[in-house]
Amino acid sequence: MTALETVHAIEFRHITKRFGKVVANDGIDLTLDRGEILALLGENGSGKTTLMNMLSGIYFPDEGEILVGGKPAAIRSPKDAYANGIGMIHQHYKLVDVFTAAENIALGLHDGGRLDRREIAARVQAISDKYGFGIDPNKKVYDMSVSEKQTVEIVKVLYRGADVLILDEPTAVLTPQETERLFAILRTMKADGKAIVIITHKLHEVMAISDRVAVLRKGQYIGAVNTAETDPQALTDMMVGHAVTLNIDRPDPVDPKPRLTVEGLTVLDAEGVKKLDGVGFTALGGEILGIAGIAGSGQRELLESIAGLYPIAAGSIRYTPDGAGPQELVGKTPMQIKQAGVAMAFVPEDRLGMGLVGGMGMTGNMMLRSWRRGKGVFVDRKDPNALALKVKESLEVVTPSVDFPVRRLSGGNVQKVLVGREIASSPTVLMSAYAVRGLDINTSYTIYNLMTEQKKKGVAVIFVGEDLDVLLELCDRILVLCGGKVSGVVDARTATKEQVGLMMTRVGGKEGA
Amino acid sequence: MHEVKTPLIRLAKRDAMPAWQVWCIRGSSFIAAILLGALIFLVLGNNPISAYGTILSGSLGKSTAIRQTVKIAIPLLGTALAIAPCFKMRFWNIGAEGQITAGAVAASYFALFWADRLPGPALILVMAAAGAVAGGIWALVPAFFKAKWGTNETLFTLMMNYIIIGVVRWLQGGPWEGRPGSQIIPQFDSKAVLPKVLGVHCGWIIVLVLTVVMFIYMKYTKQGYEIAVIGESENTARYAGMNVGAIIMRTMFLSGAISGLVGFIVASGANNTLYDGVAAGVGFTAITVAWLAQLNPFAMIGISALLAVLEKGADTLQTRMNVPASISDIITGIFLFCMLGCEFFINYRLILRGGHKEVTGA
Amino acid sequence: MINQSPVLLLIMAAVLNGTPLLFGTVGEILSEKSGNLNLGVEGMMYMGGAMGLGAAFYYEQLSGGSASGIVAVLLAILFSFLGGAFGALIYSFITITLRANQNVTGLALAIFGTGAGQFIGEYMRVTSGGYVAISNELKAVFANSPFPAALQKLPVVGPLLFGQNIFVYLGLAVAVVMAVFLNRSRAGLYLRAVGESPATADAAGINVTRNKYLATVIGGGISAIGGMVYITTIAGCVWNHEGLAGEGWLAVALVIFCLWRPLNAIWGSILFGGLMILYLRLQVPFIPDQLYKILPYVVTVIVLIFTSLRNSKDKQPPASLGLAYFREER
Repeated sequence: MTALETVHAIEFRHITKRFGKVVANDGIDLTLDRGEILALLGENGSGKTTLMNMLSGIYFPDEGEILVGGKPAAIRSPKDAYANGIGMIHQHYKLVDVFTAAENIALGLHDGGRLDRREIAARVQAISDKYGFGIDPNKKVYDMSVSEKQTVEIVKVLYRGADVLILDEPTAVLTPQETERLFAILRTMKADGKAIVIITHKLHEVMAISDRVAVLRKGQYIGAVNTAETDPQALTDMMVGHAVTLNIDRPDPVDPKPRLTVEGLTVLDAEGVKKLDGVGFTALGGEILGIAGIAGSGQRELLESIAGLYPIAAGSIRYTPDGAGPQELVGKTPMQIKQAGVAMAFVPEDRLGMGLVGGMGMTGNMMLRSWRRGKGVFVDRKDPNALALKVKESLEVVTPSVDFPVRRLSGGNVQKVLVGREIASSPTVLMSAYAVRGLDINTSYTIYNLMTEQKKKGVAVIFVGEDLDVLLELCDRILVLCGGKVSGVVDARTATKEQVGLMMTRVGGKEGA
Repeated sequence: MHEVKTPLIRLAKRDAMPAWQVWCIRGSSFIAAILLGALIFLVLGNNPISAYGTILSGSLGKSTAIRQTVKIAIPLLGTALAIAPCFKMRFWNIGAEGQITAGAVAASYFALFWADRLPGPALILVMAAAGAVAGGIWALVPAFFKAKWGTNETLFTLMMNYIIIGVVRWLQGGPWEGRPGSQIIPQFDSKAVLPKVLGVHCGWIIVLVLTVVMFIYMKYTKQGYEIAVIGESENTARYAGMNVGAIIMRTMFLSGAISGLVGFIVASGANNTLYDGVAAGVGFTAITVAWLAQLNPFAMIGISALLAVLEKGADTLQTRMNVPASISDIITGIFLFCMLGCEFFINYRLILRGGHKEVTGA
Repeated sequence: MINQSPVLLLIMAAVLNGTPLLFGTVGEILSEKSGNLNLGVEGMMYMGGAMGLGAAFYYEQLSGGSASGIVAVLLAILFSFLGGAFGALIYSFITITLRANQNVTGLALAIFGTGAGQFIGEYMRVTSGGYVAISNELKAVFANSPFPAALQKLPVVGPLLFGQNIFVYLGLAVAVVMAVFLNRSRAGLYLRAVGESPATADAAGINVTRNKYLATVIGGGISAIGGMVYITTIAGCVWNHEGLAGEGWLAVALVIFCLWRPLNAIWGSILFGGLMILYLRLQVPFIPDQLYKILPYVVTVIVLIFTSLRNSKDKQPPASLGLAYFREER
């Protein structure tokens, strides 16, 4: 390496990006060189995708500048990004289903003129052959596997002449074999002089593919190390940081007894991809069972399966009421589960899309759990109204009235309405997904206390969370999911953050060779 | 050098708007429609003020005129009420035209062939029930396919209109034809005609009662609640344990049944016979009535009255000022366009370049 | 024209009756491909019919006996196009820019356009003394074949290929051009992308609003030509109270029947046209005449059910049909 080679392909200089009060990126400096694969590592919400979106023209930085090839560049749109030779493959593919690969790739490139499918197909084929994609330009997107769709996105970026490629969690939806193939292609592209960023939180993949690792944590740039000079343990430390004491009250469980027993639970999504693979655990009454895992490891599917909202391919979910034998829940609709006397409360991740009716007020939303109650054709509004007032009072929900549409409330208040309603049904099982996402500290503590109160009442609380510090201080046991499988169950009182972090990134948490 | 190139006008969804402002916008759209209509009269060489005056006096000036206007408003209001629950559920039923016709056919069957076998009141009740059931079934067919296989309901319900209208044409010229070759179904027996109250067939009482019932149904019943939740989010409905497919079918049956009842009212009360124009576009106009009323039954009374005034007034306009009566459709269209368009200014905010930028958290 | 078999006569009549539908359908396909379900076809066809007839009528009046047939045809096409395009422009502004509900706006356009068409037709009749009459020579230009008689007299192929009115050939050309545009041009590909997934098109740098406006307005204009063709060929250049008798709604049905493909619309329109007049030619005992007329709608429903049952991705409506697009709502 000579002194002349100080010109980086990309250089971030003190980039800051805020969303409202949240600082997503805080003064980040980062470089990227040609012919290297940089892994951008960090937990959910650490600001990885935000940072890269500024490179690909989705966002524009509030402060700082981006240098492309040593020169300051103003990237205001994906088109600007392409003009600078930068292309990003987003997690959610933007493809037209009924078009062929070639048609998708050619979309929006030139205006007007004849659509020469053969010429486009030939160019696509050339790119495909060069890097070994093995793509059929004439295949329709709806006939493609997830991996093929990803390939189309990559070729689309290359077709537009990108030298800098950003891949956002490219392996999240791939099988191990497909991942291997992708990595082989990335290495070929690296050899061709492309600069590649891969956003990920899978440590073994970082070790396998990257030359350098840059770590973000809570919007801050922690540092970059050469992959050859580090190991998963050191990276985990950088990623999760040192444990922070939160002082959440955690009484010991009193008389824990099995409430919900899940065995061999396997579910497939609409595309036939396994979202849960033989998951088994027992949730005890009077304890909080935390569920940890990288986003999309099967948390949502697990809770919805238990609630009777997700089709189950195999396995059993048994509920044990007080003083009676266990009963099977698989195959029952939510209404049947309720009618069977299972007092289950569920705070789903998608608050306004599933848990609440955005256009209705608090009263209308309280009715979502009680609308069928009572005889006759009329729905009872009196009790829900009283309940709404009670929730508003006890959880300090800020709303002009209990009939004010909840869609217009702030995130914290929306969550209080949802949690308040679910707890009010005096459940014996309480499930919550990302209950404190987007909430401020005070509201978060309100929610933690509510969970702990329920636990003290003997409720089996299942708490899906993303902040390991919180999980370790709030829960009694933590179940760690990794790619739809149970990676392990740890005692939250004795486990360390690093231990859980490792288990999140590989099943069993054991370090590979 | 970091001058951000934002477009001249940017849009943002509006959170809330005070009620007085909402009504100001709606009021101005109404005035805009009146002015546009006036412009058309001017172009035609008519004095807009006297033209509007003629419309008002022609539709509301005399008691006979008022009766005519009410007669026009009855099926509009009734059908708008029928459409309301479907649209609340975001099920785009544009088949009211056919559901009215189906109801009229069934009611006419009893009027034509059972008049001598049933006593008067019973005959009327049987006709009403038959109309409701037939309209309901006609609506249930597309609802079934929607619930089972997701068949596009907009196009399906639209096609169902023309099938039943074709059937009526066949009945007119075939099995139910009166004098051979007349292509006309005979007038109903007087027993099969809805009695008059205050000079108008009692259909107006039926639809006014229905207005109150529908208001209560949508607002206070369990079924109304289910409909509202499904319209907001099917996922939430499933979360709350609702059987979405069954509710879609039930609601469509109800909607078709009310349209079918309107068909009975029109055939028995207004026409005293059945012909292919029994619905006469009411099914379509009523959709705009329901939509503009924001699915509020009481607001539908006002809007259907407005459209009826325009239609009846335009008839007078034709006889008095020699303006073709189809002017009423043009003016109606202008009113609909203005009122449809104005909702945009209630739901969205325009942000001009250089204006105050608001940043909201994710 | 002696010795013509009933089958040939039936086909000729089917083509004649199908041509207005072909225009209506091809125009609506263009609109729907951009994601705009414009239910106002009937209204636009009325406006086109009245404007087109008016253009030919007033042109003849003004030219004082020296009217050129071809100019009259061109004027009729131009003005009917403008009439429909105007209606579609209102629709576009309200649904695309103001993001109002497409179904309701389309129905409002159907009401407005029907009224406007009837009004113009009535107005012409009243102001010209009770009857809108175009000279027989001019009528012949609209209704008769542009080819020399010798060609038309060829057995079978003569009437079939050369015996149709001028709009049949124009309609075929429009359908073919539309098919080529949608499937063989970049602009057509981009337009289809807008109708399938506006967010994807937007991300690829395609101007969603412009595409939707152009497709809907031009589509509306093409549909409206169909109304003029109906009035000048089938209704005999006379504006009567019957108007278009639901041609526009039948065109909406035909769009579904032909699975949003302009080339299918060619034979589809002939089939629908044939079904509409079949009762005049083919008497089958036990099946009443009038029921033939509902066949187009029945087969459309069957097609609709089958496409949703088979769930074949290629045969679905454009994925974002009927939905307004707002970029920041992702």
